[in-house]
Amino acid sequence: MREIDVALITEAIKDMCIEVNYDLSDDMKNAMKKASENEESENGKKILGQLMENLEIAKSDMIPICQDTGMAVVFLDIGQDVHLTGGDLTEAVNEGVRRGYTEGYLRKSVVSDPIERVNTKDNTPAVLHINIIPGDKVNIRVAPKGFGSENMSRVFMRKPAEGLDGIRDSIITAVKDAGPNACPPMVVGVGVGGTFEKAALMAKEALTREVGICSDVAWAADLEKEMLLEINGSGIGPGGLGGKITALAVNINTYPTHIAGLPVAVNICCHVNRHIKKTI
Amino acid sequence: MSDKIINLPLDAETAKSLKAGEYVYLNGEMYVARDAAHKRLMELIEEKKELPINIKGETIYYMGPSPEREGRPIGSAGPTTAGRMDKYTPTLLDMGLRGMVGKGKRSPEVLEAIKRNGAVYFAAVGGAGALLSKRITESEIICYEDLGAEAIRRIKVENFPVIVVADHNGGYMY
Ligand code: SF4
Repeated sequence: MREIDVALITEAIKDMCIEVNYDLSDDMKNAMKKASENEESENGKKILGQLMENLEIAKSDMIPICQDTGMAVVFLDIGQDVHLTGGDLTEAVNEGVRRGYTEGYLRKSVVSDPIERVNTKDNTPAVLHINIIPGDKVNIRVAPKGFGSENMSRVFMRKPAEGLDGIRDSIITAVKDAGPNACPPMVVGVGVGGTFEKAALMAKEALTREVGICSDVAWAADLEKEMLLEINGSGIGPGGLGGKITALAVNINTYPTHIAGLPVAVNICCHVNRHIKKTI
Repeated sequence: MSDKIINLPLDAETAKSLKAGEYVYLNGEMYVARDAAHKRLMELIEEKKELPINIKGETIYYMGPSPEREGRPIGSAGPTTAGRMDKYTPTLLDMGLRGMVGKGKRSPEVLEAIKRNGAVYFAAVGGAGALLSKRITESEIICYEDLGAEAIRRIKVENFPVIVVADHNGGYMY
């Protein structure tokens, strides 16, 4: 049994919340750079130019990349040989978010109740997903999610007979509806299979996969490439003002499902696709 | 097409001269308000009470900034999705609001009210909050401070880059 004090998790999450809101991961930065080289439309080039400049200013002047610094989504993969000590794990995660958003000058965008809508003033609680894995390590992923794009996300319960076409239609419908609202160029996370909630969770997790790495399921990898081409042929373009680059990546995660179903979840993310990992 | 430089508050003639697709740099003052502030303004209008701000001829930027660091007027300050304000916007336009800055699509009712009132809807680049922050030189909370990031502010901008998305003649970019 390896003992890990939850205070270490608090500290890590605090730092990760701050870092990821000021500096995108390298995979995203490279994808943005490639996009601005490949865009052909005048509007598109102009918007991508502003977005590249925005990333530089964010880092050099310590101004968050986007004012919507997100609701903090945290994935913890906890090794089964780990004994967590020093307090309540959920509270430790929330404390990390609280400190990160306060000390990091990040926006507090969380309300305590969906109808009463009173701001919690420290961006807590986080949305926490815990997985138990073999080993004696804790993997932490933090992925703050902005709601301009979150609001355009969908779950479709398809019929098995719809097959690949059902998945294609789900992705394209969600992307077209999102259009300029989701701050394109987007990253599209897709979950196929499982149950209703498993599909949604896979779609979210797909957004934390590095851009440029394809699915290890052959048909899903092919579909990722095909969908990216089709989305970029839609003409929505950067900022929704027309152009070639509407999405930077389509990431599809899959899971076994029921004989009667084909759940498809599409989690839309903007170009500020924040994800960061750390292992303790 | 060369980019236009225009002053805020917008005068009626300038607002009507703008065409969808034009790049514009805004200079001057505008209000900042988003969901919760709009809701409060509408409640006052329904109760026929006076508004805390005079919106006649003004421009509203749909935005909720991140907190400012010392020495800076404002934190990250990019646009939020304008469509969430659609329910309130036609009333405000009929009361004299002339300009809006946000991102994303507007409802047919808003586009109609823009035409009817000689108004204009601009988009700023979504997700460029750091860049846009640097074009804001002053910021002051006017009211609803309890709403945190959603308080109503008055800001001063310099060469603030936007694109005309919906114009007075029915031109629309999306
Ligand atoms: S959708 Fe993304 S880029 Fe756009 S405002 Fe929200 S967090 Fe920022």
